Amino acid sequence: MTATTTSLASARSRDGAPGLRGAPGLRGTLSRVTLTAVITWFAALCFVVVLLGVFVSVLVTSFATHWGGTWWPDGLTLDWYRQAIDTPGLARSIVTTFEVGLAVVALALLFGVPAGYVLARRQFPGKSAVMLVMLLPVILPPMTYAVQLAAMMYRIGLGGSLLAVILVNLVPTLPLVILITVPFVEQISPDIESAAKVFGAGHLQLFGRVLVPLLVPGVVAAGILSLVRVLGSFELTFFVSSADTQTLVVTIFGKLSDPGGVSASLTAAMTVFYMVIALIGLAVSLRFSNPAQAFTGAAR
Amino acid sequence: MSAMSEAQAGRPRPPLRHRLAERGVDGTLVLLLPAVVVVAGLFVYPFVYGVSISFEPEHGGPFANYTDFFSDPYLSGSILKTLALALPVSVASIVIAAPIAFQARRDFRGRRAITLVLMLPLTFGSILIAQGMQRFFAPFGWANLALEALGLPQGSFLYNYTGTFIATLLTTLPFSFLLMMGFFGGIDRTLENAAATLGASRAARFWRVVLPLAMPGILTAFMLALVESFAVFPSAILVGQPDNATHVLTLPIYQAASQRSDYTAAAAIAIIMTVIELAILGIMVLVRGRLYRGPAGGGKG
Repeated sequence: MTATTTSLASARSRDGAPGLRGAPGLRGTLSRVTLTAVITWFAALCFVVVLLGVFVSVLVTSFATHWGGTWWPDGLTLDWYRQAIDTPGLARSIVTTFEVGLAVVALALLFGVPAGYVLARRQFPGKSAVMLVMLLPVILPPMTYAVQLAAMMYRIGLGGSLLAVILVNLVPTLPLVILITVPFVEQISPDIESAAKVFGAGHLQLFGRVLVPLLVPGVVAAGILSLVRVLGSFELTFFVSSADTQTLVVTIFGKLSDPGGVSASLTAAMTVFYMVIALIGLAVSLRFSNPAQAFTGAAR
Repeated sequence: MSAMSEAQAGRPRPPLRHRLAERGVDGTLVLLLPAVVVVAGLFVYPFVYGVSISFEPEHGGPFANYTDFFSDPYLSGSILKTLALALPVSVASIVIAAPIAFQARRDFRGRRAITLVLMLPLTFGSILIAQGMQRFFAPFGWANLALEALGLPQGSFLYNYTGTFIATLLTTLPFSFLLMMGFFGGIDRTLENAAATLGASRAARFWRVVLPLAMPGILTAFMLALVESFAVFPSAILVGQPDNATHVLTLPIYQAASQRSDYTAAAAIAIIMTVIELAILGIMVLVRGRLYRGPAGGGKG
């Protein structure tokens, strides 16, 4: 008897998508529910259309010979890309972007993975304080500490240097790597480690031959996700970089905020370089894990 | 403590190393050290440094930076302008994203695609969004062409409050969506089914079962959206009206640091912003403590 009711109830709730505003009584349920679902998905569709429209606008602009008040530009060309490559400073900032990205990710993994291991496995006095300090740089927007950090970098004579740009970007990236590593370590049974120790593995062997191979998916996911975030990180780099240590986003912001600057198409062509790099990173990270973690993991 | 020392009185005290190891302090913690040093040196220390230089203004007494800020209505008004932007953005992003996240909490075809599309603005960042908006929402852009084709009046979406509002919403909404989808996914459907079995109507199930379970997630997403949109910066310049309607709190920081090289004043304003954000997070923690915090799973036990 109970079993039938339950299965009936679950069958009933399965046939309509759950509406946010439920209707009293079962009669009108179906029409009401589909209405809320329709409104919800219509809103989602509008949002996605605007979002893609915004990105495609940049893409089309970068190929446009001239684009007036029409739906599509008059003609398509690759000239803007040729000009973009010849623009002094652009090649420099693409190289800088990669140098900064790779250095930050390497350092963050080097420091973050062992720390994530300890935080996942050990209980020790002051652990919650350490966790809080690790969470804050991810939760607080960079603008809250970007200026103080830049001021400190200038005070110690690093202002404008590549090292400063790397160090500054390490602040949100390292905690992010730790936050991504912790759940990966928790998935590995401590029994495996005990077994390795029973068979005589030392600390180094345990780490190199047992933990690292098991952690590779987590490390790769953390690395690529943080690389994508470093590529797009603007505020921190903006305040500390100089003309020759700018990353691509900072260069693009400079072009955009200069009213008498270069044409929109040329800037768009520069942006497409950055879009492609970011997209490749996103696609690769999708193969390894759920990248949504990188943006929302902090709040869990 | 005294009982412990009495019990140990007869025997020699174990070495410090053993006593520490019992509490979890041993050599493994060295692995934590580099990360702690980096965060302490590059995050905690700059905060302290920022507070200290904010009291060493370039001219005037120690509090000059703060009194300058609060006595100039144009500067202090930026707090209200930021709120006037961040609050509606956060409300809108929750109101739009919560139903979508709720519908999307189960696996269905296309869920991955939606997640991927919503990841794009977070991956590309606000600069790229502002750049695309400059074309898409221009008087001759696709948005206005579409409105014209539908016979609707054209809108002015750029270089005003609306521009920054849209730009901020485009990054805040996906953020809230992904956050809430994670929270809602943890709500077990069997709880709803159990309520239905016990005779709860659809409305009762929503208001008395689902919503209380979803509330902590919604609240967290709202407060984090508020904190994120409070620090809106590039889009206030690129698609807003930075000297008036979107003169948000980050702009005086930018002007002080980049244009006047007065880091003491910039630090003071950044600290004011941090205090407000920490207050928002504090309220979040307090309110969340008063909400239902039991299990949201319907498993055995």
